[in-house]
Amino acid sequence: MRERNANADAIAAMLPLLPATFHILVALADEDRHGYAIIQDVAARTDGSIRLSPGTLYRSIQRMLEDGLIVETDERPSPEDDDERRRYYRLTTLGTAVAKAEAARLMDLVNMARARGLAPRKG
Amino acid sequence: MYRWLLRLYPASFRNEYGREMAAAFARERRDTRTALGMAALWLRVIADTGVNAAGIHRDILTQDLRYTLRTLRRTPAFALTAVTVVALGIGATTAAFSLADFVLIRPLPFPEADRLVWVSEQRPGFPRLELAPANYRDLKRMATSFEALGAYRGLSVNLVGARQPLRLEGAAMTADVLAALAVRPMIGRPFTAADDVGGAPATALVSYALWQQEFGGDASIVGRPVRLDGEVYTVIGVMPPDFNFPSRGAQVWTAMRFVPADFVDRNNTYLQGIARLRRDLSVDAARTEMSMLAGRLQQQYPKENEQTGISVIRLRDGVSQQSRTLLVALCSAALCVLLIACANLTNLLLARALGRRREMAVRMALGAGRERMLRQLLTESLVVTATGGVLGLTLAAATLPILSRLVPTALPIAETPSMDLRVVAFAIALTMVTGVAFGIVPLLQHHRDRAAEGLREGARSGGSGREGMRGALVVAEITASVVLLVMCGLLLRALWTIQAIDPGFRLERTLTVRTSLPMPKYETLGARTGFYDGVLSEIRALPGVSSAAYISFLPLGDMRGGLFPVGISGRVESRREDNVAFLRYVTPGVFQTLGIPILQGRDVRDADHLDRQPVAIVSASFMTQFFPGQAALGRRIDFAGADREIVGVVADVKMRELTRVSEPQVYLPHRQLPDRTYEWFAPKDLAVRATGDPLALVSAVRAIVQRADPEVPLSDIQTLEQLVDGDLASRVTQVRVLGAFAGVALVLGGIGIHGLLAFTVSARVREIGIRMALGARRADVVVMIAKRSLSLSAVGVAAGTVIAYISGRWLQSLLVGVSPADGMTFAVAAALAAATAIAGSLRPALRAARVDPVTVIRLE
Repeated sequence: MRERNANADAIAAMLPLLPATFHILVALADEDRHGYAIIQDVAARTDGSIRLSPGTLYRSIQRMLEDGLIVETDERPSPEDDDERRRYYRLTTLGTAVAKAEAARLMDLVNMARARGLAPRKG
Repeated sequence: MYRWLLRLYPASFRNEYGREMAAAFARERRDTRTALGMAALWLRVIADTGVNAAGIHRDILTQDLRYTLRTLRRTPAFALTAVTVVALGIGATTAAFSLADFVLIRPLPFPEADRLVWVSEQRPGFPRLELAPANYRDLKRMATSFEALGAYRGLSVNLVGARQPLRLEGAAMTADVLAALAVRPMIGRPFTAADDVGGAPATALVSYALWQQEFGGDASIVGRPVRLDGEVYTVIGVMPPDFNFPSRGAQVWTAMRFVPADFVDRNNTYLQGIARLRRDLSVDAARTEMSMLAGRLQQQYPKENEQTGISVIRLRDGVSQQSRTLLVALCSAALCVLLIACANLTNLLLARALGRRREMAVRMALGAGRERMLRQLLTESLVVTATGGVLGLTLAAATLPILSRLVPTALPIAETPSMDLRVVAFAIALTMVTGVAFGIVPLLQHHRDRAAEGLREGARSGGSGREGMRGALVVAEITASVVLLVMCGLLLRALWTIQAIDPGFRLERTLTVRTSLPMPKYETLGARTGFYDGVLSEIRALPGVSSAAYISFLPLGDMRGGLFPVGISGRVESRREDNVAFLRYVTPGVFQTLGIPILQGRDVRDADHLDRQPVAIVSASFMTQFFPGQAALGRRIDFAGADREIVGVVADVKMRELTRVSEPQVYLPHRQLPDRTYEWFAPKDLAVRATGDPLALVSAVRAIVQRADPEVPLSDIQTLEQLVDGDLASRVTQVRVLGAFAGVALVLGGIGIHGLLAFTVSARVREIGIRMALGARRADVVVMIAKRSLSLSAVGVAAGTVIAYISGRWLQSLLVGVSPADGMTFAVAAALAAATAIAGSLRPALRAARVDPVTVIRLE
């Protein structure tokens, strides 16, 4: 029980996430990806309005690795796509928890805005 | 191109992600079709690199800083020692450098100060004499080397009209002096040629400080009349705050206003010449011209100008050789302290590096690159040295006012050396060099024994090569401490030698006061006699006063008295080194008051009046020089404008400096000083011998003088002891400063030895345990540790002795006869260094003795 609390505190301490960090977590939610794939996924999901630069991407990745939100993975998802030189990243349990916590936080914000008529009703 | 941009990222980051970033960029470039898009891509990439590279550098720095603070907090003893060591080193060096820079290097506070020169007369035995007005006038007319040539003389006047009568120091100058210096008044105007002719209205410039203190900084002071020595002067301007000419503390300047009578006597020399060289003209060229002109003047005035040359020296070279030696000694001493501090820091870092070999090996094995380790170590070392540097700079700033005693008075600069940006830059550079040079030592260390080895269990011993290096550092520290101790000891002995010199007069219980008589009010003998008689009789009647008298200038005071040629059997020659004596006028009782024994004949008397035979009392050295082996009383000398009979001989006193020989002195009765003649010599220094505390008499004496004449200011109120101490002040400061440096060096040396042995002991705990298990006694272990400490200090003391002897010879000019090989000093220095070594090894030795063999071996 105490451990869970400690964990929750650690997660809370990381919030709010930087937009780039959140986008990378979302990009890795369904499958392991390499760096350029993350850039493409983020661009596709946001209709090209957010394009992570290589600098921002890898700086974020380095930090997320240190914080234990993601890990490098040795498993190659599909052999035909595989590129020896590329590194693939995968969400950790902590990373998933943090992404959920951030999503919940954003949701709360939106709900508050909605209650005051600042956002459209759930439809 | 993109690879080049990638270089902006830290190497650790680049090695990790550089290739993938380049690949991602290549894909982006492939997807971009238009030229415009390409330009936009490049702009984006450049901005992106700038922001992110800087960000990553900052991330690493914060990380390193956090790590550093954490490790330092874990080892507070190390942190504290290292910071203290650096602070002491940087502080000492910065303070010494500021002072040396201020006195020797920094340009004097005048525009193009390197073109300024002193112009003086010189005769055999007198390398720098004042100029006679006639010679000055002739030189000025003929010389072509100078853009401007001016002359001034010291001025000491009473200002009346302020809150109380004030004694002001300054200079009377010709109009060309300010032109030569290229300084203009801050407000008002400088002297012009029209102010500087005989009979012109009297004009004066005042100092910024005087203007602020006495005139409330009121700009309407220009045009205001002030009374200086009874004459009304019009203030024509205020000089800027940093104008300290001719010496610091000058408060008032008047125009010279020569009258024709001033040009009559070429033997009456009292002017200081100052000139600005013509642009592009060397000092040597000016010297050549001056010696040519001096030759011409010798031909024209063979009698007065016999052997008279003209010397030209740079303003900056007015600093005496002694001051120079002293400052260089100070800087060397400070460098010694810095070297010791650096050696200590290296030792600390080395010990720490050895202690952290495991940690570094682990971090390397976990993938921390060499660059990251280097950055981490540099951050750590720079944090330590920067903290130390800031403390050191503060220390230096705080000690500078104390060092001001070492600034020679002869320079036209302020008293307290100021810290300027150059000094701060110097301190920062020093700190950085120290931090970087010594911060990477552990990494070099690490690279020598590679990562893998560090991971092996039992990697505890230091290894003999490293031990050797650390031992050498400790030896260097002890060597430098011994050198500093000896230098300080020699100067201390020199000080004691001087303090033991008998000045020839009694210092105890004597109050001295300067009461400068304003002229022309007191230019007649009648006026002066009235004043002296009134004041002296009242003071003598005070309870607690045993005697009181007046003299022109007290011995060892700020005025040396005038040098006059002595004529024997009616022949007066021009003055040479061997035919002059100092002149002082005195009231009866002065020898009794100052405790100068009368050897033959009598004191001056009230009956020695102008209409009687002029008489003189001479010093024993006078008789030795002019009448060796002959009877003194009844002899005639021609001196200071009269034929005088010697009626008494008094013992020698030190008149100028304690370390100088007692020059021939002539004392004349003040009642034989005619009206309007030699006014400068009218007695103004009052000496009062008390039966108790002389300072208790101050208010009574002040009241008596003010009752006698409220316009006479009292200044320089001090005991005779304080006056003589003033003569020693700069020496006392020298010894204190060097003593402080030596003390710091000793402490640092002790810390060094302690650090080294403490480490040796903890590295050899296992060995010691095994030895003890095999039968070694505790005493043997202590001896083993002590041996190491003593052998290191023996080497250090030996090396230090040699270097100290060499430095001591070089200091000789400051040593007043104390031998640079003074055995006592060397013995004490060696003993102190050895004692420090022993003190430093005490704790480690005890720790070694307390090693429990059972525990150690069980741990294995």
